[in-house]
Amino acid sequence: MTKDILAILCGVVMGTVARSWMMRRDFRQYPSYPHAVVTHLALGFIAATLGAVAVPAIAAKEYTAVTFLALAATQFRDVRSMERQMLESLDQSTLVSRGPDFIEGIARTFEARNYLVVFVSLMTSLFTFLYSPLPGILAGTIAIAFVRRFMRGYLVRNIVKVRPAKLHFEGPNLFVEDIHIMNLALREIHEIYEKLGRAVILEPWDDNGREIIANVGQRQAIAHDVALLLGVHRDVDTAEFTPLLRRKLDTGRVGMVIVPIEPDIECFVEAVKNVPVLESAYVNPLVSRAGRCAAD
Amino acid sequence: MEITIAKVLLAAVTTTTDHRIAGLPVFYAETEDEMAKMATILSRILEAVAHDMENGVYIIVKH
Repeated sequence: MTKDILAILCGVVMGTVARSWMMRRDFRQYPSYPHAVVTHLALGFIAATLGAVAVPAIAAKEYTAVTFLALAATQFRDVRSMERQMLESLDQSTLVSRGPDFIEGIARTFEARNYLVVFVSLMTSLFTFLYSPLPGILAGTIAIAFVRRFMRGYLVRNIVKVRPAKLHFEGPNLFVEDIHIMNLALREIHEIYEKLGRAVILEPWDDNGREIIANVGQRQAIAHDVALLLGVHRDVDTAEFTPLLRRKLDTGRVGMVIVPIEPDIECFVEAVKNVPVLESAYVNPLVSRAGRCAAD
Repeated sequence: MEITIAKVLLAAVTTTTDHRIAGLPVFYAETEDEMAKMATILSRILEAVAHDMENGVYIIVKH
């Protein structure tokens, strides 16, 4: 087997393995359709091939072959819009929607993962080409570990403290401690909330957390994930039981209320803590002087 | 671009005839219980939420 073929082969295998491994990690976000898995594995394979052929092509002084990488970029942008369109259309038939911010985040992740596959296969094929398959596979494994370390985003637990809270009614108004959630007229709805409803308070650790949790898309993502994990006591004709997160204007604390099918409060807290912080919601006012000054 | 109405007042249910409610369907009830029942039925049919204006008027709002 020639050196070129060996480098390409190792790169393709490592890149495809990396893509399938990345797919396992985001199972919760993933629409979990077997056919979608096949689609993404195939795209991962294409990405891996593109990354793997780059090094032998350059070595053979076929510099124009590198323009294939530009083709890859166009291809993967299509992946993003494909995911976005699919999730947007599916979102209309879920009881608690993901919201456009969450969908954009997922779509962006799918696009980015293909670039990461290119990176992994490029590293593998480079080291295989320069040395032998073993250092190549080692380099690929290190590249996967690097990707894992640096592409890990924040979770809600990193930006806010989540604790159980009591919900109560003042007249028709539903409160979580001192945070007003909504106005509900019907007595029977009050009784269901008082009996089955669960609430938590999200207290930001700092000003960054306060601004992230203020993002409506982030709050919708939390509502979606919790409803998905604990179940939600609602159907299309009982809009009263839509899980809601509302903000206390004075402090930036957020109260969340849901009527879950599984009423375990510890699981509820854990579910909220493990929601990813959306890229579109992530802000960092504390790096600026004005932000730090205002935080005093 | 698709333009949709996000929130809309669909109906009002009341026990009082003192208020002048205009611009949307108004359902008059004899008692508080009847008002609650009408509001429940309306909110289920319209897939909307009944809110209490705290003056004897419930409004049915589509969110």
